[in-house]
Amino acid sequence: MFFIQLRDLFKSYGPVKALNGLNLEVPKGSLYGLLGPNGAGKSTALRIICTLLEPDSGDVEVAGRNALLEEKETRRRLGYVAQDVAIDKILTGRELLQLQGDLYHLDKKYKKKRIEELIQRLEMHEWIDRRCGSFSGGMKRRLDLASGLLHEPELLILDEPTVGLDIESRSVIWGLLKELRNNETTILLSSHYLEEVDELADEMAIIDKGKVIASGKPDDLKKELGGDRVTLRVREFSNEVEAESVRKLIKNINGVSNVVVNQQQGYSLNFLVQNNDVLSKLSGHLSKENFEVFALSHSRPSLDDVYLQATGKTLMDAELELAGKRDFKLENKNSMR
Amino acid sequence: MITTNPSLQKEKQSRNDLNEMLQETSALTWRLFIQLIRRPSTLFAGILQPLIWLLLFAALFSKAPIDFLPGGSSYGEFLGAGLIVFTAFSGALNAGLPLMFDREFGFLNRLLVAPLSSRSSIVISSVIYITSISLLQSFAIMATSALLGYGLPSLGGLFLIAITLLLLVFAITGLSLGLAFVLPGHIELIAIIFIANLPVLFASTALAPISFMPEWLGWIASINPLTFAIEPIRMAYQNSVDLNAVLINAPYGEVNGYSCLAILLILTVGLFFLIRPLLNRKLA
Repeated sequence: MFFIQLRDLFKSYGPVKALNGLNLEVPKGSLYGLLGPNGAGKSTALRIICTLLEPDSGDVEVAGRNALLEEKETRRRLGYVAQDVAIDKILTGRELLQLQGDLYHLDKKYKKKRIEELIQRLEMHEWIDRRCGSFSGGMKRRLDLASGLLHEPELLILDEPTVGLDIESRSVIWGLLKELRNNETTILLSSHYLEEVDELADEMAIIDKGKVIASGKPDDLKKELGGDRVTLRVREFSNEVEAESVRKLIKNINGVSNVVVNQQQGYSLNFLVQNNDVLSKLSGHLSKENFEVFALSHSRPSLDDVYLQATGKTLMDAELELAGKRDFKLENKNSMR
Repeated sequence: MITTNPSLQKEKQSRNDLNEMLQETSALTWRLFIQLIRRPSTLFAGILQPLIWLLLFAALFSKAPIDFLPGGSSYGEFLGAGLIVFTAFSGALNAGLPLMFDREFGFLNRLLVAPLSSRSSIVISSVIYITSISLLQSFAIMATSALLGYGLPSLGGLFLIAITLLLLVFAITGLSLGLAFVLPGHIELIAIIFIANLPVLFASTALAPISFMPEWLGWIASINPLTFAIEPIRMAYQNSVDLNAVLINAPYGEVNGYSCLAILLILTVGLFFLIRPLLNRKLA
């Protein structure tokens, strides 16, 4: 059974298409990761699920209800931890949690008990009675997470929950998320940290240019690549013509598949090999055609390889490419009501 | 026990809705008061500025010709009403600022993602807060002007002052909250507050009567909402609460106390209907 279903979601900000036919199904009780570079449309999708934003078209179902029509019921069921932590600097951490409890209409006794539980669980007791303005990024994020969990939501939505956090805060948050997952809370988490999605997610989707380009269990996605990942550079700074020649050469070698020229990384070649014997054959073919091997790395497939396979570039390259194109002023404006 | 009677269920639901709305509104209002208690400078500045005006302007015009002011009152007595209204007006005009900061810093999203019984709670809490602060500041001016020997209104006068200020504060708070949703950021809102504040004061009867103004300014002062608030309060200070009395000799005719209050009421209701669709859209 799916707890969240998104169908054909489209959303544009002026000329910028944030979502371009996004389809997503999140199983109940799972920890689902959305992986993609900044600007891929992850936050927009999450804001639509949270009822903060209306799509231009498409359907959104949360717990079997139309979230676009039954907004209040949807809000009751979810906890949202936004990418930019929004806290009132003048209030203390405890006061912020109390306010949050009142916004969710919690009973006074239950609110107090729940706040204490979360203070203990997220190790906030030492600083919870200080004003939020004095908190570090990690403290703010933990407090924000506690706010999102205060009313024990069936669905927890986290937008880049560990960006810029210290190791201790990240570890506390990861620990809690694993615990929640075991308690049947459905968690939807967006991240551009590969290791975070790899470590935490039961299932995941890769989002690129506003739509899902691959989805499934992280291990299955890696296995589907069908072998080990090799990155080859025939020169430190190769060019397109040379890279294409090498690609044509090695794609015909038995046991080599999915050959991709990675333009962003100096026209290196990324491909899969079935076993180590293929690498020996590869060296022979290259030297026969007078190509040198400047660098060759060989590794088990990672989610970055899954991303590379699906998009033709690494996540880091996609980040860099999008960073130059993003209009932060427009994004800020769009995130304001 | 399970209630099966639909009308009882409906009644129970509406009672729950009301309780929930009370809970969220009081929590949001309390948050604004905590901010004020921990950052009281805006409250003190809001009181101090009109007090300085009261002292300086009263001294500046203390030797003005005796027939300059209607009813032969001293300038300090004349000025008190204007400054009370100006204080309330300034406070209400700033009402949109906390909301604008909540928009800019994303705190509003935290409120909007919560299952609020009614999102009007966000607006109502701002109105309660600003109204309380404006009244507090105004009463501080009244107390100071009493200490300076400019007198105190009667109980009926106090009631009239409270009603007049409430109408003005509701209207201007509504306008400011509307601007907080329309404008792109706090810089623009502050710019509008700066531009509006003093000209609106000078183009009213706060500092001088209409008879003392050039004709064009007299016209502006006669349609300025501040004038319709100032004159009933000025009357309250003369200890003669007679709403039938003519309070403004405007170029277009005479305006009595009832008309002043009616105009303020129309302004409040009009602004409410004007900004309601905007608030509904922004808070939908």
